[in-house]
Amino acid sequence: MLEVRDLVAGYGLTRVLEGVSLEVKAGEIVAVLGSNGAGKTTLNMTISGLVRPRSGEVLFEGQRITGLSPAQVMERGLIQVPEGRKIFPNLTVRENLELGSYRRARPNRARNLEKVFATFPRLRERVAQGAGTLSGGEQQMLAIGRGMMAEPRLLILDEPSLGLSPLLVEEMFTLIRRLHGEGLAIMLVEQNVAQSLDIADRAYVLEHGVFALSGPAATVRDDPELKRAYLGL
Amino acid sequence: MLEAVANGLLTGAVYGLVALGLTLVYGVLHIINFAHGALLTMAMYAAWVCWAVFGLDPYVAILPLVPIFFAVGYAVQRFVIMPASQGDDNNILLVTLGLSIVLENAMLAIFRSDTLSVQVPYAMEVIEAGPMLLSFPRVVGFGVTLVVALVLFLVLTRTDTGRAMRAVAKERTGAALVGIDVRHVYAVTFAIGCACLAISACLLLPSFYVNPRVGNAFVLVAFTIVVLGGMGSVPGALLGGLFIGVVESLSGLYLGDSLGQLGIFVIFILVLLFRPTGLFGARA
Repeated sequence: MLEVRDLVAGYGLTRVLEGVSLEVKAGEIVAVLGSNGAGKTTLNMTISGLVRPRSGEVLFEGQRITGLSPAQVMERGLIQVPEGRKIFPNLTVRENLELGSYRRARPNRARNLEKVFATFPRLRERVAQGAGTLSGGEQQMLAIGRGMMAEPRLLILDEPSLGLSPLLVEEMFTLIRRLHGEGLAIMLVEQNVAQSLDIADRAYVLEHGVFALSGPAATVRDDPELKRAYLGL
Repeated sequence: MLEAVANGLLTGAVYGLVALGLTLVYGVLHIINFAHGALLTMAMYAAWVCWAVFGLDPYVAILPLVPIFFAVGYAVQRFVIMPASQGDDNNILLVTLGLSIVLENAMLAIFRSDTLSVQVPYAMEVIEAGPMLLSFPRVVGFGVTLVVALVLFLVLTRTDTGRAMRAVAKERTGAALVGIDVRHVYAVTFAIGCACLAISACLLLPSFYVNPRVGNAFVLVAFTIVVLGGMGSVPGALLGGLFIGVVESLSGLYLGDSLGQLGIFVIFILVLLFRPTGLFGARA
């Protein structure tokens, strides 16, 4: 479904990704793990068209999407829920969600809004509230809900558990499993190694801009290389 | 006194309309548009040409000039400011400054430095409201400004384009990820700012004159209003405009006509000293 080939990308003179290749097949959860600064967010930004790659290519459902604008990428159903949520703090919860279908799935806006509220009853309670006044967990729900409004074919979740309490982290992983259960392909980009490997089918471990390790989640979990790549030991 | 307040409110509304475009562009694009004054001058000349060449009443000229200036604004942002500035905020500042110099001198070349005005029968007419005598062009200006503000409010809150503008104002990356074309939104915002200027120009012309530098006088006041209301705040611009109108009118009453603008700049300095975020500004 998603195929990344030899991607090299960075900002200005700095190279962050030094040639990474990965694949997400339909219906899979693929975890991309790595410590701070390993290049996880750069990878997402490049896939979504916000950062132009120096070389390499990205294919989505067999078609090359390298060089497309973020709008053209999301129009095909590749939706990213970014790190730090990036919700619109000055808009209400409803307006945030409705903008999720700004370019894609607009005719189904009312139906999808109901679906999001069914998944996150909390958001229904806060529908007229300014998004900036929500708690961290609620903002994360809103960010995911906004992504769901566009009827994703593949959902990239960038650090959805960041800054959440352990209880909410648990809830977040239950939710990801549930979305996956509905047939959605998910690329989960996380620092939270144990829980991500629990729900993922396959995993990649990013270290200094290259994949140090990859394979089925169970194999990666037991690989002694994981600790080294992750902790730098 | 009461009459001075009322006339101040009426004048202030049009000041607010000029400031509206400035604050909208600042709020969404985070740039200060130094070409705002030159664009206002250009709009006033356009309204004058409509009257002098085509015999259109300035108020009727609003109808053709709004779409024209919307298109001009869109094109200027998309094809001049954006490519020339290459995304660097300092460059944008210089590009708009350069643009204002080019526009002003183009108008100087075309219209010479003579002051032009239109003669309309209602320019000196007054409306009796109880004990007060209110200038007819100012009452019209006030009414039209209120309508424009209402329309703008509805666009910003009820349409996807308006919501996209507010989204881009605070969160560009998030906006791009939901498929909002940020550059298009920038251009639309700039276009709306220019359309507001076209309306302001048509409202000002019956009771004012036009020369190649006339826009600067208004924009200086508009900057004060934007700072007073809070940079980027739309209601702040309108209320600030009304307030400044009253200040100007009252200081004119007590200090004499030639010192009327003194009060405005006293306010400007006081705001900067004691409440630099403005009345409706977000805390930094």
